[in-house]
Amino acid sequence: MSTVKGSHILLRHRDNPALSTYEGYVKDGGFKAWKQAVTKMAPEAVVNEVFDSGLRGRGGAGFPTGLKWRFIDKNNWPHYVVVNADESEPGTFKDREIMEKNPYQFLEGVMLTAYAVNANRAYIYLRGEFWQLAAELDKQIARLRKEKHLGKKLFGKDYELELYTHLGAGAYICGEETALLESLEGKLGQPRLRPPFPPSFGLYGKPTIVNNVETLANVPLIIEKGAKWYRSFGTEKSPGTKIFSLSGRVAKPGNYELPLGTTYGELIMQHGGGILDGGKIKAIMSAGASSSLIVANDQALATPMDYESVPSLGAQLGSASIIVIDETVDLKWLVDKTVHFFKHESCGKCTPCREGTYWMQNITHRLLHGEAEQKDVDLLKDVAMNMKGKCLCALGEFATEAVVSSIERFPKDFKLKAGAKTVAGELKVTHD
Amino acid sequence: MNALQTKYGRDIQAILAKYPDDQKRSAVMPLLYVAQREGGHVSRQDLADIAEIIGTTPTEVASIVGFYTLYHDAPAGKNRMQVCNDLPCAMRGADAFLQGVCENLGIEVGGTTADGLVTVEAVMCLAACDNAPMFQVQDYENITYHENQTVESAVALVEKWRKAEAKNK
Ligand SMILES: Cc1cc2nc3c(=O)[nH]c(=O)nc-3n(C[C@H](O)[C@H](O)[C@H](O)COP(=O)(O)O)c2cc1C
Ligand code: SF4
Ligand code: FES
Repeated sequence: MSTVKGSHILLRHRDNPALSTYEGYVKDGGFKAWKQAVTKMAPEAVVNEVFDSGLRGRGGAGFPTGLKWRFIDKNNWPHYVVVNADESEPGTFKDREIMEKNPYQFLEGVMLTAYAVNANRAYIYLRGEFWQLAAELDKQIARLRKEKHLGKKLFGKDYELELYTHLGAGAYICGEETALLESLEGKLGQPRLRPPFPPSFGLYGKPTIVNNVETLANVPLIIEKGAKWYRSFGTEKSPGTKIFSLSGRVAKPGNYELPLGTTYGELIMQHGGGILDGGKIKAIMSAGASSSLIVANDQALATPMDYESVPSLGAQLGSASIIVIDETVDLKWLVDKTVHFFKHESCGKCTPCREGTYWMQNITHRLLHGEAEQKDVDLLKDVAMNMKGKCLCALGEFATEAVVSSIERFPKDFKLKAGAKTVAGELKVTHD
Repeated sequence: MNALQTKYGRDIQAILAKYPDDQKRSAVMPLLYVAQREGGHVSRQDLADIAEIIGTTPTEVASIVGFYTLYHDAPAGKNRMQVCNDLPCAMRGADAFLQGVCENLGIEVGGTTADGLVTVEAVMCLAACDNAPMFQVQDYENITYHENQTVESAVALVEKWRKAEAKNK
């Protein structure tokens, strides 16, 4: 049986580094779930177990995983599984740790998913920067073929499976699942119009399940230990653990796997060791650069990090990439950074996002360089508000979140000095 | 057989084998990386060769090169030192680090050293925010991560490349 210490379901390599090797993983009970599924379980039984576990997608949207799998079109073949390993949201570095340090658990999760939805091929789409990681995964996949965990007639049954890696080449938008599919098809990574959704029209127009790396890494233990066991972690509506990527002005940045429902305060002040250089916390970004800024008061710090509670703070759990902002950070500088990111990453397909990010960047540059007037702040918010609800994909929406929430919730940072000028030197632009 | 196939025939076969027979177009991204092994950028001839292999037009292949940041249509330094100065890293000194590296090498962000060995670029989040300052190096063959860096360690790496280069000459 796979060993679980504390709340490490995914980061089990922290307790047992040998898991990163094939031998170490097998010794700890690895691939038992895989063999059991292929030899003793109908694909539907695998789907049902994951459905009952209440596992929700860890890529950002939190969609129930088992439900997504049930949606796959059974009248159109072949089926594909595509793993979203594009991990490009600023502040997110959890999938990388899973794949680097606990790769076989991840791969077993991909294999179980493929079996569950009757797919004979799965592609792992990694951001291009994960070049060396992809090379390692290729070796691990080759090992699995050698050990007859992959290939034809698995365990003598009438089931075959192959896994392949595919490297992207530096484009955040390819993390959006339909842009990812376009990119994998060799086209520009631009989102598709939906519906249809991937479970009916996905890779090469065939039914496809797209899931995040972290989502799938949960599957082997759910199959091995059961849905009920999985539900012993987390909350009723947000079962399981979550890897929180903690970054920014915090003493101990890093990945922390904790039960869903752990509070912001516990993560930042206990696990993260509090604020860097003994500073004072000002704001929290709950889901990377795509999120609103939460005012970091006592109520926020006491809020559980789960899918239901975070919205009460005017934010989302999302990918749970927590960026800590302290009093040394001027939010004019911060929104310039986030807007720069989204302008750079807009795929250009629709006008509100392409033009909106361009205009927002013009204004944030003026703010940053002390050339702005007070009315520019209103203009910035106005441009952002005009993008909301008008974009083809969520990136356009993401681009507005930090801007609007900063201006609304931290008015002091946007109150320009008399004479209507900020002085660039006043802005904290660098930290060392 | 075009030039790319002659030179990298086996690698190209292995790439094509990953995708269904009627979906050769999926191979465009890995093929572009193969093309970049030669001089770190994609030439006009490469565009034509790749288009021929996957059955599309050179213009379509060029649009892919333009869309993604890790493909380049013009030569630059042999090592592209891509420093992340996105928000989380910037809150931990990445902007100052980037500036310091550039000053030490005597170039601006985006510039290339006179010996053609290094181009320094500022890039978006590389999924290593807990180990800032950090950068990746894209050379002709590979991409490698360098985390928890200082200006000194980055400059030392450049010196190492310079020594290796001098030895090769
Ligand atoms: C702009 C944008 C970027 C995204 N980036 C990622 C990403 O890097 N990784 C990821 O898993 N999901 C990302 N997503 C979410 C995916 O579209 C999709 O919801 C997810 O891969 C589904 O998997 P899950 O159900 O397991 O979460 C992104 C979405 C958008 C709109
Ligand atoms: S919202 Fe932005 S990223 Fe999304 S499709 Fe439109 S232009 Fe592209
Ligand atoms: S912000 Fe630099 S690696 Fe994420």
